[in-house]
Amino acid sequence: MDLEFPPAQQAFRAEVSEWLRANVPAEPLPSLETREGFAAHRAWERRLGEARLSAITWPEQYGGRDASPLDWLVFEEEYYAAGAPGRVSQNGVNLLAPTLLKHGTPEQLARVLPSMASGEVIWAQAWSEPGAGSDLAALRATATRVDGGWRLNGQKTWSSRAAFADRGFGLFRSDPESRRHKGLTYLMFPLDAEGVTVRPIGRLDGKPAFAELFLDDVFVPDADVIGEPGGGWRVAMSTAGNERGLTLRSPGRYTAAADRLLELWRRRADPSDTALRDRVADAWIKARAYRLKGFETISRTDDIGAEASLNKVFWSEFDIELHETALDLLDTDGELDSEWLEGYVFALAGPIYAGTNEIQRDVIAERVLGLPRGSR
Amino acid sequence: MRFVLDGDQRLFADSLHKLLERSDTPGAVRAWAAGDHAPGRRLWKALAEAGVFALAVPEEHDGAGVLPVELVTALHELGRHAVPGPVVETVAATTLLAAVGGDTAAEWLPRVAAGEALVSVAHPYALDADVADLVLVVQDGHVHVAEPGGTPRTSLDPARRLFEATPVRVLGPVPENGLDLGVLACAAQQIGVGRRLLEVSVEYAKARQQFGRPIGEFQAVKHHLADALVELEYARPLVHAAALSYGSHDFARDVSAAKVAASEASYRTAKTALQVHGAIAYTDEYDPSLWIRKARALHTAWGSPSVHRARLLAAL
Repeated sequence: MDLEFPPAQQAFRAEVSEWLRANVPAEPLPSLETREGFAAHRAWERRLGEARLSAITWPEQYGGRDASPLDWLVFEEEYYAAGAPGRVSQNGVNLLAPTLLKHGTPEQLARVLPSMASGEVIWAQAWSEPGAGSDLAALRATATRVDGGWRLNGQKTWSSRAAFADRGFGLFRSDPESRRHKGLTYLMFPLDAEGVTVRPIGRLDGKPAFAELFLDDVFVPDADVIGEPGGGWRVAMSTAGNERGLTLRSPGRYTAAADRLLELWRRRADPSDTALRDRVADAWIKARAYRLKGFETISRTDDIGAEASLNKVFWSEFDIELHETALDLLDTDGELDSEWLEGYVFALAGPIYAGTNEIQRDVIAERVLGLPRGSR
Repeated sequence: MRFVLDGDQRLFADSLHKLLERSDTPGAVRAWAAGDHAPGRRLWKALAEAGVFALAVPEEHDGAGVLPVELVTALHELGRHAVPGPVVETVAATTLLAAVGGDTAAEWLPRVAAGEALVSVAHPYALDADVADLVLVVQDGHVHVAEPGGTPRTSLDPARRLFEATPVRVLGPVPENGLDLGVLACAAQQIGVGRRLLEVSVEYAKARQQFGRPIGEFQAVKHHLADALVELEYARPLVHAAALSYGSHDFARDVSAAKVAASEASYRTAKTALQVHGAIAYTDEYDPSLWIRKARALHTAWGSPSVHRARLLAAL
């Protein structure tokens, strides 16, 4: 058992750190939940892509570096320690790309991945529907077979950053006779196609972070089906596993935030306030625990399977605790616009999306602990 | 970078688990609490033969060298089976005795490695000082020998027989962070305590029927148990990482982080176990109580979470 970084990772860390020092904008970019901020973050993705740093774990031919999971953890540590911008392409890079790499055709990979790595095309997920949230299998949007492809109809919602993104991906019911998990097809579609209406939805603080999508006879060619028609649930679940694992929230993000919280505490806190002191210590401990858990996860040779749900519960609830502590340290300034507040509002959504934490706890109880399935 | 136990370490843990599983440790704990140390002493002997105590003793004193990862692996199993006696104290004493050196170390450390000596360390109360072969007191920056016995104090956990110890002779200065191997051993033991409580609670929730179905079908019960698993699973890597930093200048910091997380996870799991079992776990006669009260006692033993949080921040 060891926690040593081999020479290759040390060299990679040095390269990433040097590149970030030279390239990270001195001033934070405007919020990526605004049109102006979205464009600035897209430009940042292009720079990352040019340095082959936007999706390092992908194969080289698609713009990656064939990097190992350990390389990725190192990259993320440096990235967030450097205070680099949030990743506007993360839904594509973390959700769609792993699915394509597992189930996509060579043609799809060659067409979709390079333009995603360069930030030229930004992807939005389209999972939820008004009647299908935690119960995703209740979804009703349809894909109807037509000559050469499919016609999409229905409504999707809570589609992150769809207000400014270029393309979407999600599940559609392609067999009208089917129920639940059967007869679903995983499709990619352009957000500017004829028949698509995007209505931005303001999030808790009013910023238009997500949107609902109205699809009215939107044509999608066969080439944009991922996996087998009707087999979409299985394809999507391979993405969901990824979403609940490490990739959606890298440990590096938390270690960097905990270090900043420590600075804030030193600057702002009354040292005799032991309640706040304890919360700062806990944030540092939990960030370290998550980092170590990441090393443990990549060291394992077995599939972590349902244990990914442990990660999702941990990072999403810890993210809120950490930002709450920062806002409390800021005292009466806590409600003022700041990166901490932005992080807080962002964190509040964590226990809800990517499978609510209630669903995750059911998964942990039933599939990790072996408790009997029951009614929800 | 390989942050998981290797094959030999897993086999070692598994062999200890099997050894303890067939040793009626609950019976030994109850006897120990009642003042009958014979079954507990037999357990210690068996554990020594399995190599447990040698893991904290340097090679020149007939030990295996200090092997912190193997040590926390063993302590995890000892906690899981609620092994009675001054296990953590004996581990802590090895650091103090090795630092004192000379005849004292040469006399006691080989006996510790062989499982022949139970050593207590007053911190501030000396566990099992009436039965320990040697009682050490850490006071004013020095290690002292105490008289055996002392004034008894009653713990929540009857198997933790505590005594006020009186120093009689100075052995030498306390090494820097000289109690940290003991703190780490305690943290590992706590994770084991929590792990066992989760295991028995899951089994109980599968078997216990109310409203015509196993209570483990109810979401409220499931979520309690899922939360306990999350806490335990994120505390364990901190214990392993602290073991790896033994001997480095980060050891004290990492031990404190591990102790905070292990205390919180273990204690929370104990409360969950009590709630999931209901009234039966509130009884002395039902075995989970052995672990539930130990979890509370260990929560503050070897430094409360608040003490270790303060120590951690001071080290950062």
